[in-house]
Amino acid sequence: MKLPILTALTAALLSTTALADEIWVTNEKDDTISVIDVETLDVIRTIETGERPRGITFSKDFSVVYICASDSDAVQVMDPNTGEILHDLPSGEDPEQFVLHPDNRHLYIANEDDAITTVVDTETRTVVAQIDVGIEPEGMAVSPDGKIAITTSETTNMAHWIDTETQQLFANTLVDSRPRHAEFIKEGTELWVSAEIGGTISVFDVATQTEKTKIDFELPNIHPDRVQPVGFEFTTGDRHAFVALGPSNHVAVVNAETYEVEEYILVGRRVWHMDFNRDRTLLFTTNGVSGDVTVIDVASRKAIKSIKVGRFPWGAAFRPTD
Amino acid sequence: MRSVRFVCVFASVVAFGLTTSANAQIEIDIQYIKQLVDAPPTLSNLDPIPEDLGTHGAELGLQDNATTGRFLGQTYSLTVTEVDVGGDFAEAVRSALSSSDLLVLDAPQEQVLMAADMPETAGALLFNTRAADVALRSDACRANLLHTLPSYAMKADALMQFFVQRRWEDIALIAGERPDDQAWADTLENSARKFGLKFGARKTWVFDADMRRNASQEVPLFTQELGDYDVLLVADAADDFARYIPYNTWRPRPVAGSAGLRPVTWHRVVEQWGAAQLQSRFDTLADRPMQDRDYAAWAAVRAIGEAVTRTGAADAETLRAFMLSQEFELAGFKGAPLTFRTWNGQLRQPIPIVHERALVAQAPLEGFLHQRTELDTLGLDQPESRCTAFDN
Repeated sequence: MKLPILTALTAALLSTTALADEIWVTNEKDDTISVIDVETLDVIRTIETGERPRGITFSKDFSVVYICASDSDAVQVMDPNTGEILHDLPSGEDPEQFVLHPDNRHLYIANEDDAITTVVDTETRTVVAQIDVGIEPEGMAVSPDGKIAITTSETTNMAHWIDTETQQLFANTLVDSRPRHAEFIKEGTELWVSAEIGGTISVFDVATQTEKTKIDFELPNIHPDRVQPVGFEFTTGDRHAFVALGPSNHVAVVNAETYEVEEYILVGRRVWHMDFNRDRTLLFTTNGVSGDVTVIDVASRKAIKSIKVGRFPWGAAFRPTD
Repeated sequence: MRSVRFVCVFASVVAFGLTTSANAQIEIDIQYIKQLVDAPPTLSNLDPIPEDLGTHGAELGLQDNATTGRFLGQTYSLTVTEVDVGGDFAEAVRSALSSSDLLVLDAPQEQVLMAADMPETAGALLFNTRAADVALRSDACRANLLHTLPSYAMKADALMQFFVQRRWEDIALIAGERPDDQAWADTLENSARKFGLKFGARKTWVFDADMRRNASQEVPLFTQELGDYDVLLVADAADDFARYIPYNTWRPRPVAGSAGLRPVTWHRVVEQWGAAQLQSRFDTLADRPMQDRDYAAWAAVRAIGEAVTRTGAADAETLRAFMLSQEFELAGFKGAPLTFRTWNGQLRQPIPIVHERALVAQAPLEGFLHQRTELDTLGLDQPESRCTAFDN
């Protein structure tokens, strides 16, 4: 008769020890996710996924995690507690990157091999729309009000502006070569698009879809050809952007008001994507070639640790555990 | 002479009213002229040269251009013309010029030069996608001629950088008898000297035995006379005997050049830098892996597309000026933006160094520095090129 009490106690203990938040990292060439404990900065779990996992994002309530298993041609829906794949979503071929609409229901998926953006209803598990975009769509973003979705196409070198009411393109704007990532900031008034080969970030005025400015990166002793901006994320209040610069092995800190680069931080090799912890005091970057994650202290702008994960870490996503 | 015309038409063309750019409707026709040749006989038939070599690269470039073009009101077409062995190449050029002044030449040096020197092509823009001859980037350069295929010099320099890095400092060489083999061998030898490597014995391959039976007996004896060396280069442009050299040498030494470790323009093992996507698009189209000439043709057509996209113009003069300007850059899936050398029209590009099953390295290798761009450590740098046709 004492057994249930014991079990309850154990459960209580478990839940308090499991409180530390996590960063989930997809390993493109290991078909796994490495789960990093934000407190101890250690990998505490490794979860198997479909083939070539890249884009990763949690539902708004963190009850499920979506994973682009590119070579399995599926978006997998996983229970983050058990690591169990609940089901696949119809994603179109070769899904690389996606973004979840603020309605917490529609996923906008870039189908890299098909020059298509697929819109999937995660509840009915059906394809709502497929939109023809440029070649090798990759970067995906949705405005905070949910009215505009963006797909960037790497070979066509454009940002495609999608009206989410009609699921039709309403503008196509040229950017520099190989656009990789897009983010809306400042309450959706500004759109940033990184161009990997062009070596720039284009900043657009969302109301007019015109380019406001272009951010260049210049690192001493590193040839401009190697400075290749890919993923980026913003600190609290969209004050600063941290920009992964690919094979230059640095992350740039850009002032989002002045558009000036304030700092370059040395990280692992071929830095790709990133995410913050809960209060955005720590940043976790995926370093594809060195197979690790660099932890950056945001306040001091210093790399404080590198954590070995699987082969070719690609995407990163924050998960609160309370 | 046969011509086939490709036009990319999309069933679901996006309304042009959507384009925010000021570009008006533009039609761009690209003429691709391929000179057929009798390939010299080779000992092995294991790797036949695909009949559609090059053309599928151009077709893929056309598809890529057309996808971008439909958002900008630009329509692209490609006409592929094949000139039979001994056929009239000049006539094919003349006929192509009647519909476009953007010509892609998949032809040996002789025909490329003939085309570039015709009075009718003076204002046209020509792309060389087959001839790797160094002369075309030096004495024999032409102002209206750009090269998207790397020269022998670029490939040789790539290999030498690798040898320097590995400290394979003593080099021996076997070259075939054909002029192409000897030219490739000379370029390798010059490059080795440029990088301070020791160039030892050089022998000409004169066997006429069938190596499928005899390689294990002939090659050890043949290579015994080379003395000692760190690496054996093989210069065999027609892919005739090179495949029988590796593992049959007298000394246990790596083989490079036309067999073993090879510097290439493109190869199926290249998969970094988004290359996997290009490979997969090509494979879907051609049902075979993409090769050097396919890549060069793709790059030529894409360079035209990129210049049209950025300038909104379609005339040869504007496009040429833009391609040779600082503004131009092509994302070529090789990890660095591709640009044209302003002194000889060569497309700068990294050179993958591969074996059959994997990428070994990609030149320029770390540590080979250049004041302009590290890519200029490969091939004829400005002071080395004797080209004077380009104004600068």
